[in-house]
Amino acid sequence: MVQFTLPKNSKIRVGKTWPKPEGAKNVRKFQIYRWDPDTGENPRVDSYFLDMDKCGPMVLDALIKIKNEIDPTLTFRRSCREGICGSCAMNIDGINTLACIYGLDEIKGDTVKINPLPHMPVVKDLIPDLTHFYAQHASIMPFLQTKTNEPEKEWRQSIEDRRKLDGLYECVMCASCSTSCPSYWWNSDRYLGPAALLHAYRWIIDSRDEATAERLDALEDPFKLYRCHTIMNCTKTCPKGLNPAKAIAEIKKMMVNRQV
Amino acid sequence: MRYLTDRKRAVGKGAAHTGTEDHWYMTVSAVALAFLVPVFLIVFGRALGQSQEGVIATFSRPFPAIVTALLVVVGMRHFAKGAQMMLEDYTAGTTRKVLVIAAHSVAYLVIAVALYALAKMTFLGIVLGAMN
Repeated sequence: MVQFTLPKNSKIRVGKTWPKPEGAKNVRKFQIYRWDPDTGENPRVDSYFLDMDKCGPMVLDALIKIKNEIDPTLTFRRSCREGICGSCAMNIDGINTLACIYGLDEIKGDTVKINPLPHMPVVKDLIPDLTHFYAQHASIMPFLQTKTNEPEKEWRQSIEDRRKLDGLYECVMCASCSTSCPSYWWNSDRYLGPAALLHAYRWIIDSRDEATAERLDALEDPFKLYRCHTIMNCTKTCPKGLNPAKAIAEIKKMMVNRQV
Repeated sequence: MRYLTDRKRAVGKGAAHTGTEDHWYMTVSAVALAFLVPVFLIVFGRALGQSQEGVIATFSRPFPAIVTALLVVVGMRHFAKGAQMMLEDYTAGTTRKVLVIAAHSVAYLVIAVALYALAKMTFLGIVLGAMN
């Protein structure tokens, strides 16, 4: 259900301002969301200053520099540093994206504002709790389901059928799309969200999968699928340039085609 | 706090196996309204500023009366389903149920009133025509 205000214990306060680096000429300010569940305090926004002449080009470089050189308590997920693992998804300058592939030069203005993915429970600082998101992904059965006896070698697929998976298999489950979707904000308990639906379509459209009807049956629901109102924030924000809104529209078309 | 597994929480009560019908109805009614609304505006625009007899004469003719009736019925049913979707987005529990019932009731009330008014105008038009 829609929430117009933050709960009292989630209201963000002004946090600590860390000193500027001495002798630096090219300084940039970073305002970063901080919350530690162990203190019981409200979240705050800390301000850090970095010498950009000694910092890498990506937002993740800046975060790692802050953690290594200024504040070791800053907590965030990161792994591959090249947009493959989806770990470092966060809200940067108002956009849900991956910190490792988002350049600092893409951010206009002097201040870089970094928050965790919106409308998700926070574990600590920039780490959202993705438990429900992953459970929703698991619920769409993200694996090949077949009824025919297994072939001696591999399940064969034509080049044309394989091409249908392009723009779908690349999803790294970073949750940027789902957490940018107002429908997912208000109804994430029942609406599957763009990421899970994109993955559902990836298996529905797979020529080798033989559970298409069951997959469509499982999605035919006013909330699971039809809570998508084609707002298209998902497509706009996807750091991998994918189009979850189109995948959802294709599922809706298949639903209509088997009924009308 | 209920101790549910993450998967059970995600699956919930499963799929309702419905929704496509509503989705298709909204698509079809949107296309119908795309034609009906401009036609109705022309009919309504021509009747604007006329005397009561003139308006009754306009809406007692078959084409304006049928266009208006179709617009009201299709439009209000489209409104009711759209409003239900919006209410489902922003409300929950009993409030949601009450508001959805209210939205549908208002829609059917408007349909009833509009059809009654059209029928009355058609009847009056016939009577006035016969008197002249």
